[in-house]
Amino acid sequence: MGFNKEKRIVLRHYGLVNPTSTEDYVNKGGYDALKKAKAMQPMDVVEEVKKSNIRGRGGAGFPTGLKWSFTAKITDADQKYVVCNADEGEPGTYKDRLVMEGVPHQLIEGMAIAGHAIGATKGYIYCRGEYPNSQKALRQAIADAKAKGILGDFDLEVRSGAFAYVCGEETALIESIEGHRGEPRYKPPYPGVAGLWGKPTIVNNVETYANIPAIIENGADWFAGIGAGNYPGTKVFTLSGDVVNKTFVEVPTDVTLREIIFDFGGGIVDGKRFKAVQVGGNSGGIIPEELLDTPIDFDAMSNIGMTLGTGAVFVMDETRDMVDVVKCMMKFFEHESCGKCTPCREGTFRLFKGMCKIANGEANANDLATMETLARVMNKTALCGLGQAAPTPFQTTVRYFAADYQKRL
Amino acid sequence: MTLDAIISQYRDVEGGLIEALHAIDNEYRCIPESALSKLAEAFDVPVAKVYGVATFYAKFKVGERGSNLIRVCESAPCHNAGAALVLAAIESNLGIKAGETTADGRFTLELTECVGCCNESPTITINEVPYTKLTPEKVPELLSKFR
Ligand SMILES: Cc1cc2nc3c(=O)[nH]c(=O)nc-3n(C[C@H](O)[C@H](O)[C@H](O)COP(=O)(O)O)c2cc1C
Ligand code: SF4
Ligand code: FES
Repeated sequence: MGFNKEKRIVLRHYGLVNPTSTEDYVNKGGYDALKKAKAMQPMDVVEEVKKSNIRGRGGAGFPTGLKWSFTAKITDADQKYVVCNADEGEPGTYKDRLVMEGVPHQLIEGMAIAGHAIGATKGYIYCRGEYPNSQKALRQAIADAKAKGILGDFDLEVRSGAFAYVCGEETALIESIEGHRGEPRYKPPYPGVAGLWGKPTIVNNVETYANIPAIIENGADWFAGIGAGNYPGTKVFTLSGDVVNKTFVEVPTDVTLREIIFDFGGGIVDGKRFKAVQVGGNSGGIIPEELLDTPIDFDAMSNIGMTLGTGAVFVMDETRDMVDVVKCMMKFFEHESCGKCTPCREGTFRLFKGMCKIANGEANANDLATMETLARVMNKTALCGLGQAAPTPFQTTVRYFAADYQKRL
Repeated sequence: MTLDAIISQYRDVEGGLIEALHAIDNEYRCIPESALSKLAEAFDVPVAKVYGVATFYAKFKVGERGSNLIRVCESAPCHNAGAALVLAAIESNLGIKAGETTADGRFTLELTECVGCCNESPTITINEVPYTKLTPEKVPELLSKFR
């Protein structure tokens, strides 16, 4: 059975243009959308993005046009900023790398359009330190676009992350660009009002910006009509784990997980049976086969207690032990917690220790219950999304794969 | 380049402290202790602040590292693909544990989280270049290229 649902918007030029050649991108119609946007009133660009109903591709699914409108409305700021979140730290995710290394100009174009829309003349791309090649591709593309006068008065700079997952949280990212420890800020104020160096700042994901040129080119109605109504467009998924085709795919947002894993992904390696899938990286839920017919749009996933997150699809076969896998994930959070707030600093440590105890066969039912209480406290009281979501793999596996826990107690 | 020469390039850059740390790390693969007070002076902040920033980020190591830096990814996709076996093979080949440097100063071994090559797990990086689909058997030959 072939897979015919692939549809490329974000990656429409991927592999078809030479990433190091500005001419090549321009010859394919690149930067036409920027020209078109610049001929429009900034507020009309914001309206167009709003009408397209595009929602952020970085994890939280916030409506992009709405975010832009808050910042665009501010008229008394001496400086505003366009920031791209290219920190891509969720294990299993490599979609933003594809854009940065394959079609860097498309990201740059999307950010320049955003700059025009909100009235910002300066942008930063905060790219994770693990991606030196992405940084190189971006720096080269920016230098060339600037030299050719394509970006006009829009200045763009790449800043490197330094191996801290929490810096993907937008206020931690801002702290990091400013040269500080990457500790999330209290909100409000939100970055749209007071962000980088206290100035109004929009922060969007790489994939979000990469969608913008096509929206301006083809119009909001075109985009709004693709995929699921409440989360239109396409989504880039990256497959990893025990699935045959460990690669990426871009699909309209109304396909199901089953289609992605079995039709596109080719099912499980070595003819084994499917056991579980985690969607959205380490902070995503882990679900069983019964839930695979859920459409992947943001709200449908939320309804089953999942986050679409980054689009990472990490597949596990019947031999995988959820206790072992979750222990690995809790170690990650224990390491990546920034330590600013107690529920997460202590909680991630306790959950990791608890998983070690369970894995060693030293825990009892009371320990498990205590961990579940702790997890709920973290969900509700942690300062940022890291601590709030860190228990998710634990909570979802206790719910859906209870047998893996029971046999260790 | 000397520490002073590197630092002076970033003194006037907004948010330049981390940019300077990157530049020092690029040159030395670590943040030498002596850089801390120089950075503090250049950016007009307490040494404690520089130390706080440098140690927050796993990429930076205040102190020394060997001339080749090996990082083993231990995030879930690599974990499930056998990262622990690859790590064990590297540890036994080098005679050190994760977090240590070989006596001859040639290798430092560290653990890291996902480096974005999860479609070809398990992955390690050597001097920031990814090596993917590793098995314990492939380790000796790979490492011999850096000896
Ligand atoms: C711990 C943590 C890590 C995050 N990592 C990323 C990331 O790597 N990339 C990203 O785009 N958003 C990340 N986010 C979400 C951002 O805070 C923010 O919502 C996003 O950049 C907004 O862009 P979007 O609206 O285009 O999705 C993270 C959030 C948290 C709490
Ligand atoms: S939830 Fe965790 S990562 Fe977020 S601020 Fe608190 S300690 Fe830091
Ligand atoms: S999980 Fe190891 S490279 Fe992504």
